[in-house]
Amino acid sequence: MIATAPIEVTGEVVGLRHSGAYHQLTLLAPGVPERFRPGSFVTLSRRGELSTSWLPSSLPISRSRTNAYGGTVELVFDGTDAGTRWLSRVGAGDRLAVVGPLGRTFTLPREPVVCTLVGSGEGSASLIPLAELLRDRGCTVHMVLTAASEQRLFGALEAKRVARTVLLSTGDLAEVLSGLVARTRTDVLYACGPMATLRTVARVADDEGVWSQTALLTPMPCGTGICHGCVLRACVDGPVFRGNPLR
Amino acid sequence: MTVDLSTSTAGLVLKNPVLTASGCAGTGPELAPFLDLTEVGAFVTPSISLDPREGDPAPRVAGAVSGLLHSWETPGSGISGFLSTELPWLARRGVVTVASVTGSSLQQYGELARRLSATPGVSGVEVDLAARNIESGGRMFGADPYHAAKATAAVRRDTTAGRPVLAKLIPDVHHLVDVARAVVDAGADGVVLIDGPRGMAIDPVTLRPSLGTGTGRLCGPAVRPLVVRCVWEVRQALPAVPIVAVGGIHSGAHAFEMLLAGADAVQVGSATLSEPSAPARVVRELAEELRRRGIDRVGDVVGRAHDLEGATP
Repeated sequence: MIATAPIEVTGEVVGLRHSGAYHQLTLLAPGVPERFRPGSFVTLSRRGELSTSWLPSSLPISRSRTNAYGGTVELVFDGTDAGTRWLSRVGAGDRLAVVGPLGRTFTLPREPVVCTLVGSGEGSASLIPLAELLRDRGCTVHMVLTAASEQRLFGALEAKRVARTVLLSTGDLAEVLSGLVARTRTDVLYACGPMATLRTVARVADDEGVWSQTALLTPMPCGTGICHGCVLRACVDGPVFRGNPLR
Repeated sequence: MTVDLSTSTAGLVLKNPVLTASGCAGTGPELAPFLDLTEVGAFVTPSISLDPREGDPAPRVAGAVSGLLHSWETPGSGISGFLSTELPWLARRGVVTVASVTGSSLQQYGELARRLSATPGVSGVEVDLAARNIESGGRMFGADPYHAAKATAAVRRDTTAGRPVLAKLIPDVHHLVDVARAVVDAGADGVVLIDGPRGMAIDPVTLRPSLGTGTGRLCGPAVRPLVVRCVWEVRQALPAVPIVAVGGIHSGAHAFEMLLAGADAVQVGSATLSEPSAPARVVRELAEELRRRGIDRVGDVVGRAHDLEGATP
């Protein structure tokens, strides 16, 4: 599915809080939440030429709300890499240039099937709105949160709120996932994370004979497809890909 | 007061002097949600190679202070993909299109020019001189006047008569004016100043170069004073040669500065990465810059900074 037409707006930072190894940014971005679908992302940049953070950062939307103030989106990011370090220093009231929502989004099943959602690190964040939507459609939702270390797991609390079962894993994802898919009779696997995670998910999906859709977390210098900077053109052909070709 | 922004630059008839820049505007459809491409003077395509190519190894883009580093070769679908898919999209919408061509040999430049020649819907051709010449040990064509002229001549020879050819020069040379003079003698109708100078950054995490290719072109506001200098020098030495300025132009004031230095038109490049509609904003702001000063024709400001010095007529 392709997100509805993206827009350019000036966003305003509502708040930035720390959550484990990550930062959670709430941004007033009028018009963006209305167009949001799970899997889509925005680019954020600071206007002004002295900025060392001159390239925009592309971040998946992890929550969107429309309200009397015009709508907010929430974004979760690492804050230690070159792409998001600058964002970890913004404060309430700061104005940012926002473009979005961008990218191909998750496709939803027509039937109320069993879905397992796999989030790696901060990738878990953008699966929460997907989980909510699936649940509202009568799907059974299981979630697997995975990361290299316990500190880097994200979203356990939010996941517990929306999913029937939540599995935290810092070990061998393929093994954990194969067992879970069989046990829960999963029909569809969704995932969000770096390429290594997505490959594992796609492989398990193939082995277990289930359908998969995966959202790639990768630096996207422009987010709109004009710069040809990212691998696989994740910004326009993704970030959500069918699992099989990734293998 | 209405300001007349229309201009004829190197034979390109433009409704305004603001173009997109090669490699910073996609193939057209990517910008469509944000920008009506018929509102800019012209759309410049990503550099078109003879064969489809995958582009340089990733990462191909890295941030820099007030700018970015961009590797040399972008992926592309080659001349066949351009003619069958990308150009029809632009032509259907009436977008004034300048095709940027890139080759690794003179023969390839000639072949590209021939393939484009039979095609309506291309208003001009831009010659990428940052391409590497396999016949001279991988040096860039634009690195010296001789090879820059050879590539330009190869394109000019096989380009439809009357269709403008612009040579895009690289700034990493001893005497830019000599290169500009050589490409004009070889048949260029104008010069595009400049492709990004070679830059580099090291990633503090991986301890390796930030770009897959090591070096890349430095783009964005960081290079704007360098562009002003290049435009100034070429205008002073070759006052009759049309100039299109590119590099770090993000506002009408920046465009205005380039025109004063001697550019006939400008390209808006890196600004579109964070603000896809930037070229249209630059058009509006440039009109406002002129209106505020009581100037009603954009052509009247071209090279004006020189007049004040009495350096050129």
